[in-house]
Amino acid sequence: MLRQIEGSAAVAETVARCRPEVVCAYPISPQTHIVEGLSDLVRAGDLSPCEYMTVESEFAALSVCIGAAAAGARAYTATASQGLLYMAEALYNASGLGLPIVMTVANRALGSPINIWNDHSDSMSQRDCGWLQLYAEDNQEAADLHVQAFRIAEELSLPVMVCMDGFILTHAVERVDVPEAGPVDAFLPPFEPRQLLDPAEPMTIGAMVGPEAFAEVKYLAHAKQLQALDTIPAVAAEFEQSFGRSSGGLVRGYRLEDAETVVVALGSVLGTIEETIDAMREEEGMPIGALAIKTFRPFPMEAVRAALQGAKRVVVLEKALAVGRGGIVSADVRMALSGIELDGHTVIAGLGGRPITGASLRRLFGDAVAGRLGPLTFLDLNWELIEAELGRMGEGGRSGPHAENILREVGVVAGGSH
Amino acid sequence: MADSGTFQVRIHGRGGQGAVTAAELLAIAAFDEDRHAQAFPSFGSERTGAPVVSFCRLSDRPIRTREPVAAPDALIVLDATLIHQVKLFEGLGPDGYLLLNSSRSLEELGLSDLLGRLRPGRILGIPAGEIARRHLGKPLPNAALLGGFAALTGQLGLPSVQAAIRERFPGTAGVANATAAAECFYTVRECVETPSHA
Repeated sequence: MLRQIEGSAAVAETVARCRPEVVCAYPISPQTHIVEGLSDLVRAGDLSPCEYMTVESEFAALSVCIGAAAAGARAYTATASQGLLYMAEALYNASGLGLPIVMTVANRALGSPINIWNDHSDSMSQRDCGWLQLYAEDNQEAADLHVQAFRIAEELSLPVMVCMDGFILTHAVERVDVPEAGPVDAFLPPFEPRQLLDPAEPMTIGAMVGPEAFAEVKYLAHAKQLQALDTIPAVAAEFEQSFGRSSGGLVRGYRLEDAETVVVALGSVLGTIEETIDAMREEEGMPIGALAIKTFRPFPMEAVRAALQGAKRVVVLEKALAVGRGGIVSADVRMALSGIELDGHTVIAGLGGRPITGASLRRLFGDAVAGRLGPLTFLDLNWELIEAELGRMGEGGRSGPHAENILREVGVVAGGSH
Repeated sequence: MADSGTFQVRIHGRGGQGAVTAAELLAIAAFDEDRHAQAFPSFGSERTGAPVVSFCRLSDRPIRTREPVAAPDALIVLDATLIHQVKLFEGLGPDGYLLLNSSRSLEELGLSDLLGRLRPGRILGIPAGEIARRHLGKPLPNAALLGGFAALTGQLGLPSVQAAIRERFPGTAGVANATAAAECFYTVRECVETPSHA
């Protein structure tokens, strides 16, 4: 049923309809409303049988999910930011053991400096941990991706992260058709574990593997991820057939047919990008389009190459920064475009919740088309602040911490995005 | 950047006054009228009494943009003490609407400049806190002001605003807030019809 509902509430209800048997999470903004919603449903008996476990940390939360999944239970957790970092060791274990856990990452920046707002630093930092990563553009897709994620995870016996922009999506109230229980049950059969810890038939999982076979086990993890490149679009197609709307998949093109300039991005910023593209096409006749990357792990090399090979220039807009390097998504996009000559630009935008506005995007895309954009750009950077701080550092001596110096310059005591 | 068919609202208040809830209620009321709506808070460190901003977009078409509302069509101010503390009126154009919760006149609040800049009948102070206190026993102005918003802008009907309020606050709190919204609606409508009272 179509409802006007908060993104977190829509995700909590959708996850409940996927019938997880164990939910274990530790609260952290902006993920908290999701697990609060689930704990309410368990408490009220609306999600049953399901055990909601409270633990002391994110490391424990994911460890509980690992144990639950190994014992044959459908397991779910959610986190963000430092919480995801605190899970890091368990993340690799979950994927290495091939346990089909589903986790929501309510994307949020990483400290230091501490910041509660949205960007993709958290999930991007764990891009190589062996989990699949799906990115939602809006709350309808965020809800739908959870139904698909359990199917994909259990078909491949691999864990899946559903990434949704913290606050921008989790706290937005918009219309969502929360998937109904009947169709979800038909789409998502009960969990049939590939491996099961059962006291009646004792076995162990998690063996130590030495140089004689470690590379082979790792190769199998890679091969299994690549299988997802077939599974993900197949599940998305079946979802569309069952639910009557398109969600998920590997990539989605927007007005690509004659596009000379293509903007590549992930997540909720695609909405503002599409608005900007429509305005530039209608008002300036500019041949510009966008490519949404829906699946970032495994990286859909062929789909990206096919979508971009006709373009003259590609602008990859990223909400994360590889310090000392620049773009993260761009590196993969460039790899997908090996041997194809085109102008490639990386733009770092929206870090720590800096709003990405249509006006800024329009200027940016105009600069790209006019040849004024360098290989690496930081959108809407306040150079005055940076130069003042660089000046202080240049004076030598004890120039103090950057964060505090810059805040003094801006004149705010505590952060605020408006 | 919003397309021309989108009506953008920015709500200013203090933590605890219900600015975020007000934006959500607007979105639910719009949904009840088969319109598209997107409500979201400006995400700060939430503390009681600290300045809070929330946003709502209303449209007949799906809303894609995700940026904060920089140039609102309407501004709702829950707390007049914010006037000199934050950049309340930033981005409000000459055709914009302003609804302010205050028992004092706009001149008394030092807003004569603004009165001259905006169109008569589009800028209004209303004692929503007082009205809420009479109906709820608490000076919570958010739901009451939404009735005033409906009358001032014509973007929403009173019945859908009241339905959204009752849906969000079941029981007596919903009834009292819906009644306060109705009183604000009729008070504002009367003021707008006779602009000299504004």
